[in-house]
Amino acid sequence: MDFNDTPEEAAYRKEVRAWLDKNATRKADAKGMELPRDLDELIAQSKAWQKKKADAGYACITWPKEWGGGGGTTIHNVIYSQEESNYLVPGGIFAIGLGMCIPTVMTWGPEEAKERFVRPAVRGEEIWCQLFSEPAGGSDVAGLRTKAEKDGDEWVINGQKVWTSGAHFCDYGILLTRTDPNVPKHKGLTMFWIDMKDPAVEVRPIKQMSGGSEFNEVFFTNLRVKDSQRLGKPGDGWKVALTTLMNERLAVGGSQGNADTDDLIELARDVTIAGEPAIRHGGVRERIADWYVQAQGLKFTRFRTLTALSKGETPGPESSISKIVAAKKMQDLGSFGMDLQDMGGVIRDRKMSPADGAYTEQWIGAAGYRIAGGTDEILRNIVAERVLGLPGDVRVDKDLPFNQAPKGK
Amino acid sequence: MNLDFSDDQKMLKEQVRKFLADKCPMSVTRRVLDGDEPHAKEVWKGLVDMGLTGTAIPEEFGGLGLGALELCVIAEELGRAAAPVPFSSSIYLAAEAIKLFGTQKQKETWLPKLASGELIGTVAISEGTHAAHPRNIETSFSGGKVNGVKQPVADGGSAGVVVVAVNTGGSGEQAISLAIVDTKAGGVSSEALRTLDPSRENVTMTFKDAPAEILGDKQGQGWSQLSRVLDGAAVLFAFEQVGGTEAALEMARDYALERYAFGRQIGSYQAIKHKLADMYVKKELAKSNAYFGAMMLNDEGAELPEAAAASRIAGSDAYVFAAQENIQTHGGIGYTWESDCQFHYRRAKLLALTIGAPIQWKEKLVSRLEAKNAA
Repeated sequence: MDFNDTPEEAAYRKEVRAWLDKNATRKADAKGMELPRDLDELIAQSKAWQKKKADAGYACITWPKEWGGGGGTTIHNVIYSQEESNYLVPGGIFAIGLGMCIPTVMTWGPEEAKERFVRPAVRGEEIWCQLFSEPAGGSDVAGLRTKAEKDGDEWVINGQKVWTSGAHFCDYGILLTRTDPNVPKHKGLTMFWIDMKDPAVEVRPIKQMSGGSEFNEVFFTNLRVKDSQRLGKPGDGWKVALTTLMNERLAVGGSQGNADTDDLIELARDVTIAGEPAIRHGGVRERIADWYVQAQGLKFTRFRTLTALSKGETPGPESSISKIVAAKKMQDLGSFGMDLQDMGGVIRDRKMSPADGAYTEQWIGAAGYRIAGGTDEILRNIVAERVLGLPGDVRVDKDLPFNQAPKGK
Repeated sequence: MNLDFSDDQKMLKEQVRKFLADKCPMSVTRRVLDGDEPHAKEVWKGLVDMGLTGTAIPEEFGGLGLGALELCVIAEELGRAAAPVPFSSSIYLAAEAIKLFGTQKQKETWLPKLASGELIGTVAISEGTHAAHPRNIETSFSGGKVNGVKQPVADGGSAGVVVVAVNTGGSGEQAISLAIVDTKAGGVSSEALRTLDPSRENVTMTFKDAPAEILGDKQGQGWSQLSRVLDGAAVLFAFEQVGGTEAALEMARDYALERYAFGRQIGSYQAIKHKLADMYVKKELAKSNAYFGAMMLNDEGAELPEAAAASRIAGSDAYVFAAQENIQTHGGIGYTWESDCQFHYRRAKLLALTIGAPIQWKEKLVSRLEAKNAA
């Protein structure tokens, strides 16, 4: 056992590091520098960086070169991400498009759609979003109601999506619709790609509990799309959507910016309980130990997954635990960090609060993180069903035509 | 990046698994629990015959000269089977202590016998229902004689050699030494102790002028020696705990698939699914911590104390949880004497207490983290 690269991996890492040194600034040397806060500027910088990466073969590293990718392996991708995380570079706005949407277009789209969209997306010229969740269908995505009706060679779309990341700056999206309400819910869905700049598409930002706005509601009013924008056959939308969801990228980042046990030890030294340093308090010590063990468990679970990738094997299901553990830990640790500040814990001010206010921010953010991309409960179902082989839930609407299935408001 | 066992190590694991599946089904654990045997002698002999007791003992002392990683895979399988054998006492504890800190002569005297299974070894630390600490170890060593009472001592009634934590005078940690006692040399008596897991032997061991010698060549090193021995054992116990967790989870899963209530498999209810998913999550956290513990143990890495503590904490948490919730998943049938659920329930708690309770390890861990954080 060791944490070393193979000689081939080491060579690749060296090459990556040299390229990054030449083209970006290390975070360690970036004192005072930061990414633009203005969205337009950030997007412009992100696009320029993505183009640079694509030119050097570091965009979509695992994709074939003919599609603009790097022709590399998953472990190459992991190494690049590890190295890039040490540099001050913009990232993130292409993650959904390149991680989920474009792979779906590549699998299900007609040739001309692939020709038209794949390379520009890889080069960061166009940004994509994914339009699945609806007010009536979150965990139960297949319960969605956005309607697409055939009209000659076109489809007319009406309805609403919600929780769409980045819809306010995206160029295109993949949209899951209901094309047949007379069959059971999974059978009446169809996927399309759409132009987000179409006037029939209205994007409204959602103001989150945190105060930020990263997600949107998206409304469609008589949006007309061509039949050639269909991805997969009519009625095959669920199958197509599963491809999208399977393409979620291997999470290699940590939870950057969150406070962890090191911060908690520092804080507990600084504050008191009954006049004694909090770090001497058994309840504090036990929590520190528990969270440290969890953090180490997550880290080495990731290392086990990387080991499998490094050997060219398919990773086991162990990585499925990470969000279940990380989200709750983020919330509990944030909450406890505020408790340690006692009455002062109510203050939400990055300048006054310890760890730059991280405890409060992560506690607020965790409420969303425990839901986004699969709730704690759905993730437990997935572990139980896919890993342990337990039966799926009884679905009372499974065999009913969608328009006869029980629905809430 | 290589946080995994080698193909050879996996093959060894498979061999041990097959042997135990064949020779040590739960009915054997039940037999020992129900009867008067200290352990399943035929299973122990089988393990010895496979050479497993000598795995990590150097060749010059009659072992195979392999490393800690081989012991880890063996441990995982012993844990899965809840095997009623003295492997942990004799190998993870006694043999490791003598290998790490014994003089050349002590190693020559004892290791070949432990490797060949001719003798069973153990360590004797606790003196009752309080955590052992340099301040409260009263068993004494002077003039080459040990006097005092140790309890519980795992496998003490079967042991031919015991490494005993003794007070040699002085203050603080320097008061403690480890002494080697040959139980055949007189002055040692054992009396069976009633414990929560009768499938593993535990005794009260009384030393009356028992002839002994200090482990190594210097007195006053015992507490730090013990700490290192327990770190290693914590990693190996964690592998037993991971194996046990997996077995308890599999039992619960199989029952959840086979049992119907209200017209459905109980495994289709989220209350059961989420419980089992939680077992899986804890198992994976324990396994990943144990893997890093194995790496640190094998390399004698600087982070061994933290890695060992994390392995122990996560392993104890996972196995105790899985064993408890396995009974809960079974319902009433799981609480009967006929059910095999009890073996994991008992063993999980036994493993979590033998070599020190999680709360003690958490304290040890945070002290280390504090020191590192200050540095």
